[in-house]
Amino acid sequence: MKLSEQWLREWVNPAINADELVEQLTMAGLEVDGIEPVAGEFSGVVVGEITAIEQHPDADKLHVCQVAGNGDIAQVVCGASNARLGLKIPFATVGAVLPPGADGKAFKIKKAKLRGVESFGMLCAEQELGLSDQSDGLMELSADAPVGTDIRDYLDLNDSIIDVDLTPNRADCLSVAGIARDTGVLNKVDLTPVVIKPVAAQIDDAFPVALESGADCPRYVCRVIRGVDASQPSPLWLQEKLRRSGLRSIDAIVDVTNYVLLELGQPMHAFDLNKLSGGIRVRKAEQGEKLTLLDGQELELRSESLVIADHQGPLALAGIMGGEASAVNAQSRDILLESAFFMPQQIAGRARSYGLHTDSSHRFERGVDYQLQVTAIERATALLLDIVGGQAGPVNEMISAADLPEAATVTLRRARIQKVLGLTMADDEVVDILTRLGLNISETAEGWEMKSPSWRFDIAIEEDLLEELARVYGYNRLPVTKIHAELGLKAKAETQTGLASIRRQLVARGYQEAITYSFVEPKMQQLICPDDEVASLLNPISADMSVMRTSLWPGLLSAMAHNLNRQQNRVRLFESGLSYIPGDAELPTQDVMLAGAISGRRHPESWLEEGEAVDFYDIKGDLDSVLSLCANDVVFEYSKCDHSALHPGQSAIISRDGQVVGRVGALHPELQKKLGLSQPVFVFEVKLSAVTTGKLPDFTELSKFPEVRRDLAIIIDRDEESASVLNVVREAAGEALTNLRLFDIYEGKGIDPKRKSLALGLTFQHSSRTLNEDEVNVNVDRVVNILETKFGATLRN
Amino acid sequence: MENLQSLAAEAREAIAVANDTAALDQVRVQYLGKKGSITGLLKGLGKLSNEERPKAGAEINKVKQAVEAEINERKQLLEASAIAAKLANETIDITLPGRGQDVGGLHPVTRTIERIAEFFEAIGFDTVEGPEIEDDYHNFEALNIPEHHPARAMHDTFYMSDHTVLRTHTSPVQVRVMESSEPPLKIICPGRVYRCDSDLTHTPMFHQVEGLLISDESSFADLKGIVESFLQVFFEKKDLAVRFRPSYFPFTEPSAEVDIQCVMCSGEGCRVCSQTGWLEVMGCGMVHPRVFEYSNIDTEKFTGFAFGMGVERLAMLRYGVNDLRLFYDNDLRFLEQFR
Repeated sequence: MKLSEQWLREWVNPAINADELVEQLTMAGLEVDGIEPVAGEFSGVVVGEITAIEQHPDADKLHVCQVAGNGDIAQVVCGASNARLGLKIPFATVGAVLPPGADGKAFKIKKAKLRGVESFGMLCAEQELGLSDQSDGLMELSADAPVGTDIRDYLDLNDSIIDVDLTPNRADCLSVAGIARDTGVLNKVDLTPVVIKPVAAQIDDAFPVALESGADCPRYVCRVIRGVDASQPSPLWLQEKLRRSGLRSIDAIVDVTNYVLLELGQPMHAFDLNKLSGGIRVRKAEQGEKLTLLDGQELELRSESLVIADHQGPLALAGIMGGEASAVNAQSRDILLESAFFMPQQIAGRARSYGLHTDSSHRFERGVDYQLQVTAIERATALLLDIVGGQAGPVNEMISAADLPEAATVTLRRARIQKVLGLTMADDEVVDILTRLGLNISETAEGWEMKSPSWRFDIAIEEDLLEELARVYGYNRLPVTKIHAELGLKAKAETQTGLASIRRQLVARGYQEAITYSFVEPKMQQLICPDDEVASLLNPISADMSVMRTSLWPGLLSAMAHNLNRQQNRVRLFESGLSYIPGDAELPTQDVMLAGAISGRRHPESWLEEGEAVDFYDIKGDLDSVLSLCANDVVFEYSKCDHSALHPGQSAIISRDGQVVGRVGALHPELQKKLGLSQPVFVFEVKLSAVTTGKLPDFTELSKFPEVRRDLAIIIDRDEESASVLNVVREAAGEALTNLRLFDIYEGKGIDPKRKSLALGLTFQHSSRTLNEDEVNVNVDRVVNILETKFGATLRN
Repeated sequence: MENLQSLAAEAREAIAVANDTAALDQVRVQYLGKKGSITGLLKGLGKLSNEERPKAGAEINKVKQAVEAEINERKQLLEASAIAAKLANETIDITLPGRGQDVGGLHPVTRTIERIAEFFEAIGFDTVEGPEIEDDYHNFEALNIPEHHPARAMHDTFYMSDHTVLRTHTSPVQVRVMESSEPPLKIICPGRVYRCDSDLTHTPMFHQVEGLLISDESSFADLKGIVESFLQVFFEKKDLAVRFRPSYFPFTEPSAEVDIQCVMCSGEGCRVCSQTGWLEVMGCGMVHPRVFEYSNIDTEKFTGFAFGMGVERLAMLRYGVNDLRLFYDNDLRFLEQFR
């Protein structure tokens, strides 16, 4: 909310300057976003009057004006189209300094000659004085503006606009009166509020009102004013106050209702009485009823909405916006003023559901003072009679007493102040602060009991009072306790590998961590995981971020493409984060996944090597290094994989205890092409929980007896997987086998093209004695026999 | 016997000019070998009288030992220089880079979260994580943000369905912990959060670390103490000025925004702090009693406080990053700066 410092000071005027005031408001929870002067820096500009005007002899668009100012009549050449006889305008006299223009330099007014005619000064537009961002023609001052007066004094421009960013709980401060109230409390200064006296009825007209939905609108106040003349614009002071609060002047009637909104915080509305029929009905809308709003928008109303209607149909969306048909304008003669209290629950969310947000709905949904309506209508009446004339009818107040909010009774215990704030506050100070805030206090055994004022919707429980005490006392004056904690040491599961160590393992192997968005482009998701069901956002920020990923691959592969497209030809990325798999439960299954993607050279470009590109075994090795962090005797098994994103001959499923926990492999060349990736990419993804649980090391006695190693070279079919061969060997070799290595694979010259040679190293050792030659031979023979039967293996010479 | 002295002198000369161990060995053979000239003198002793023999023998032996010692000395010298020459020959360019992988690096967001977690874990907080697609109850209602509450508008929520959302903060994790365990509690909840907002200073996904402490004696003074120490430790600045401003969050009361003295200009005023000298970095407050009631925690017995911070904001301040969107471009030229 924006307000002028001068306006605030009319209500409360503590002996502090603007900077101190701003600091004070901010530190009391009314955060000031900014403060800026209402006009640019200028001097030497006075109220001028055009006393004579004639066409410039040599220029069609220029006038030669005689202008009365603060001295002799001066001749000024002016190009504005609205220059006319008798017009009062800001007159920059010779020697005046105007605010800097685009070049940043102050503009000094000198005597000049324009097309051969001398000119002594300049007639100004609003923009030239830094009063607005743009303007059309000269600024027109009111006819009674005193000629010769410094314009800064006349317009009261030595003022600043304070922009307060209010939190939703402080609806009471959405007005000058409200901020003044808090300023008074903070400075222990009394308010000097505007005196509002009831305006006696001059006519009897009272427009009938029916409160048909009291729970939504417990108080509706209205008043007829007849014979107004709104053809003249609002007085300057009124326009200026609105302008400084960021509101445009519309017409005198609307300006007054806006003024009261800003001054007191009561949203008001004025209907053109002659456009109403029968009487006012405050009622729920009928489903599908239509209403065209002031902004021209036609709404189809829903039945939960509250409307102000007459006997023919809806006139206004209650507390949100008026309707076009019943609106006042400069020609209106008779009006009906409305000042109502709508329950916050009724307005909250409604405006937004129609895509609307107005000054009125903003206040009503946060809570307007429910005792303010009559005062506000009296204030508005007095101003209107003053400005647009007319005769007022009686105030017509309709109340649904049972539905009106009640002042909350709140208790505050002395001990709680200490417990929650850590502060011992003297009773006097507690009472002083809360009384100044408008609470009605009485003492009890443990502390106090009080009633909150009608404008403080946010004070309902003890904590609300503690907050008020802390706020007014000053958060920064509250005590600070040094950190103290019990040394409660918790046992840390040794079998758990933290994500932190896994990350570091990958970093050590040259991976860079990425963080990609959890929502991805549907096309990308579909390309990579075509079989997955996805959870979609109802209101995505854009179409390319509209479905929740079921795998980290779409994001990582996008990041891969981003980098490959930027001349990075060696990329190694990993990410950890949730995947979102919809299921039968209300919330999707959300497991933490760990994924990686690599492409390009195996090692950074170097003098040491040729620069071989990574292959399947690089990423498998990286993954194995992660798995080994928790492996111990946990076994991860690799088997053939048929994921459509992966190369069918170079990809694997990873399982643990028979459960699939991840996949690794080369990206399918077709997919690689579709994703626009310029070179082969290898990826892995595993469920984090499967790779973080290991086993506790379990010591085995070291054997003191010698090892015997036997190497075997066998020839088997090319298609046989080495893991099955090794499993069979391990089983057949007997208990004495302590180590089994596959140390060479050979295909090619000298070997049947459908076959391959594997070289196996078997190490035997007994824990309690030396193995003899025969024992080892028996084991090796058994291995060879089984390999022959199971795989058709032959020994290679 | 003159012969002995001249032989010795001759041998010394030969030793001195022997340039390798082979030449030196020849010298040894020539003078001290079985048929060597000095050895030969010893053989001639038989011709001397019994009286002369011991004296002459002793003299010859003395010379022989001296020559032997000189040969050994020369031998060591020659060996040492041979090794030195061999090593010199094996010299490589030690400024060439080594073999193997470059190391990668952690994302600055992870790095920052780890730094935050390290502080809180050191004072006994547990790190807890939870779902990111949340139900309305945990994200809003249980945090005292009923439907239509104006605070919901501040959250710009992404909806998955009428009742499920992408969590707008990590507070729902705190609710889940309060539901499933008994106080006292000390937890922090780092993680991704989502708001439907995207411009120069907002990304639709960002990270928060929120904390919660519940005990039978925690007060606003304790909250101030922890928050102040955390910020001073995080920014490695013992005298970093920290201020608390009243604010509003539906789930805490009293609530505060926390500002630190601008770390870019030390409070002098700059572009980063909009000339105010202060930077808003955290929100915090005492847990609202209604939040306790939702989770069946006795509000008379326990008090607690909560705090929350935006990870990207802290990372930007700490590392001087000036564009939030860089965090999610995953451009290696950016990421590699955090190795």
